[in-house]
Amino acid sequence: MPETTKTKPKRPKPGAIPRQEMPRQAPEVRRANFNEVALGLTMEMAQLEAQRCLQCKKPLCITGCPVEVRIPEFILALSEGNMPEAVRLLKDKNNLPAICGRVCPQETQCEEVCVLSKKFEPVAIGRLERFVADWELAQGVEPPEPLPATGKRVAVIGAGPAGLTCAADLARCGHQVTLFESLHAPGGVLMYGIPEFRLPKRTVHAEVDYVKSLGVDLQLDAVVGKLYTLNELLGERGYDAAFLGTGAGLPRFMRIPGENYNGVYSANEFLTRVNLMKAYLFPEYDTPVKVGKRVAVIGGGNVAMDSARCALRLGWQRSLAEGNEPPEVTIVYRRSRVELPARLEEVENAEEEGVEFRLLTNPVEIYGNEQGWVRGMRCIRMELGEPDDSGRRRPIPIEGSEFDTEVDVVVVAIGTSPNPLVFTDAGGLERTRWGTVVADQETGRTTKQGVWAGGDIVTGAATVISAMGAGKRAAADIHRYLVGEEICE
Amino acid sequence: MYKILAREELAPITKLMVIEAPEVARKAQPGQFVIVRIDEEGERIPLTIADFDRRAGTITIILQEVGKSTMQMGMLEVGDGFLSFTGPLGEPSKIENYGTVLCVGGGVGIAPLFPIACALREAGNYVISIIGARHKELLFWEEKMHSASDELIVCTDDGSYGRKALVTVPIRELLEQRDDVSRIWAIGPAIMMKFCSLTAQPFHVPIIVSLNSIMVDGTGMCGACRVEVGGRTRFVCVDGPEFDGRDVDWDQLLARQRIYLGEEKLAREKFEHECCSKHKSSGSAV
Repeated sequence: MPETTKTKPKRPKPGAIPRQEMPRQAPEVRRANFNEVALGLTMEMAQLEAQRCLQCKKPLCITGCPVEVRIPEFILALSEGNMPEAVRLLKDKNNLPAICGRVCPQETQCEEVCVLSKKFEPVAIGRLERFVADWELAQGVEPPEPLPATGKRVAVIGAGPAGLTCAADLARCGHQVTLFESLHAPGGVLMYGIPEFRLPKRTVHAEVDYVKSLGVDLQLDAVVGKLYTLNELLGERGYDAAFLGTGAGLPRFMRIPGENYNGVYSANEFLTRVNLMKAYLFPEYDTPVKVGKRVAVIGGGNVAMDSARCALRLGWQRSLAEGNEPPEVTIVYRRSRVELPARLEEVENAEEEGVEFRLLTNPVEIYGNEQGWVRGMRCIRMELGEPDDSGRRRPIPIEGSEFDTEVDVVVVAIGTSPNPLVFTDAGGLERTRWGTVVADQETGRTTKQGVWAGGDIVTGAATVISAMGAGKRAAADIHRYLVGEEICE
Repeated sequence: MYKILAREELAPITKLMVIEAPEVARKAQPGQFVIVRIDEEGERIPLTIADFDRRAGTITIILQEVGKSTMQMGMLEVGDGFLSFTGPLGEPSKIENYGTVLCVGGGVGIAPLFPIACALREAGNYVISIIGARHKELLFWEEKMHSASDELIVCTDDGSYGRKALVTVPIRELLEQRDDVSRIWAIGPAIMMKFCSLTAQPFHVPIIVSLNSIMVDGTGMCGACRVEVGGRTRFVCVDGPEFDGRDVDWDQLLARQRIYLGEEKLAREKFEHECCSKHKSSGSAV
């Protein structure tokens, strides 16, 4: 890019500065604690990294971002040392940057299309986003001036990534927003699913506080479908519109014999106990979880990696405290390594920490003892056949290849589907045969008047950022519907 | 915070609490449950709804102090409160006019049985109730159950009050004597519900039980409460808590209730130790 260097003479040559690595806890240290693995860049490193950005005239990175963060602009402000401006530009499109900077799969989004990546490594956009967001949280967050009240009321159901984003954008436009959350804490999967060592809960609290500071009324312990129904909210409760962002919270099991033995968990239960209820601090916290010596985690997605890494930490903590053998934690996945749906970074983190991978393997039966506890698992080896509907090669069992393995905890992480509770008394809301809500991809409009939906409830289990993108697009369309204008910038 | 408006000691380890929760009371129906959490460190504990008052905006819960959390709850006073109070959860009881029904309550199970018996009677049923406990000290609400029933049989395992019998004995007798019993509700400890179901089995009478599985969220999210009913895995929190006891895999349920016995013991000992040392340091007599 000679043109870029010409107009900005101070900018170093592309590739002259290496991509700044983020300091992390060493694997043999972090596998025995729940503290955050990645420690964040220093100001010096962040500014050095920011200088690597080419400031493209037509930035592809923005097109790679589901919420279209003004990436080159915030990076430029950062490189110039204007932190408040960097924050303002970053948060213009993203209400939860400290979260996205940690859990977005940047390698398949903004960073994948970074022009620099054609010859060198891409700009570490995620790390810079995290750095700027953390800087702001450390300073104390200033909420933007609210716009004049519109007098319109919106019910946002589910305080996860989609709901928080939708609520924040609508509140910024002057609408009165009530955010309903079924659990006792807001955040959805950010609280119950993603572990402390990937996303510290204080970061989630801080981002939720920001959303509340915009004027969003957060109602906890409010199970829509039970305490209120959708039709009640739109009828007697007087809401002008509703957004459904209740995610995909229903665990799927394998439907193999023995799945109800003690010690067999859905990933949802295992992670909720550990993360939301803080079972890793038992007995200081009241909720227990079984700490396994030999743990098998079934599945190959991010949830499986999170479960395996939690189980590993629990096991190491116990083994260090009691002087026992270290734990054995194994991921059991039916396809091969290249098909693992988890982020490569998380797979590598898990491997570094000592999680083992048993690929091309599928459980067929779980064995228990007389007291009803799991003691073993029968698996079958798989091979890959022709590609299936998903484009990935279909795993086929190899006849006669069954083998037994000893386990004392099994975590089933093979996916989730939307929780149907919210559909009680919600007539007119069309759903697919997978239980997801039918909604317009661009606007989030459902088949029910005045109701929008976005995130995992529409797509099935996906990413935090795609849910946020859906929440954002729905907020824009709800605003259009309520006041007949384009959303405020 | 969800405030405790009234508190009553029904037995040394059985406490009744009236909680201010107007929105929950507005929707509560017999057979449903709530999930409560005491404080920031607290676990989510499912409790069946013993009574509700829509006008006063209250929910009545009854708890038996068996573990750390319930012991800590038992120490709460009027004016204290719960940090979370989520409900009403689960499917309500199917109340219809069945004709003659038996309502069987064992120990703390008498509490959730009461609103169901009231609703059944109001629907026109002839309600015969059987309440029982191990010992007379553990028995409560005889008066209330009396007012909710056309006939009431009271028994204790040790004969310290009423008839000396397990509740299964009068169930069998009634089923042998009368052929008009068209449905039974039996609520109490899992082992009692198991044997009530076995007793009812040969008479081909549906027996509705309310399962008390271990839960976390109570909304179908975690599957901790799952149990096989009629050969199918069901979630007690959203598919139940009521099922036909003849279809329940009781041994599985009983095993699953014991998952955290070790951890529960540890938590209770730690709590008792802390309570003791607190009492010692403040100089007050226990």
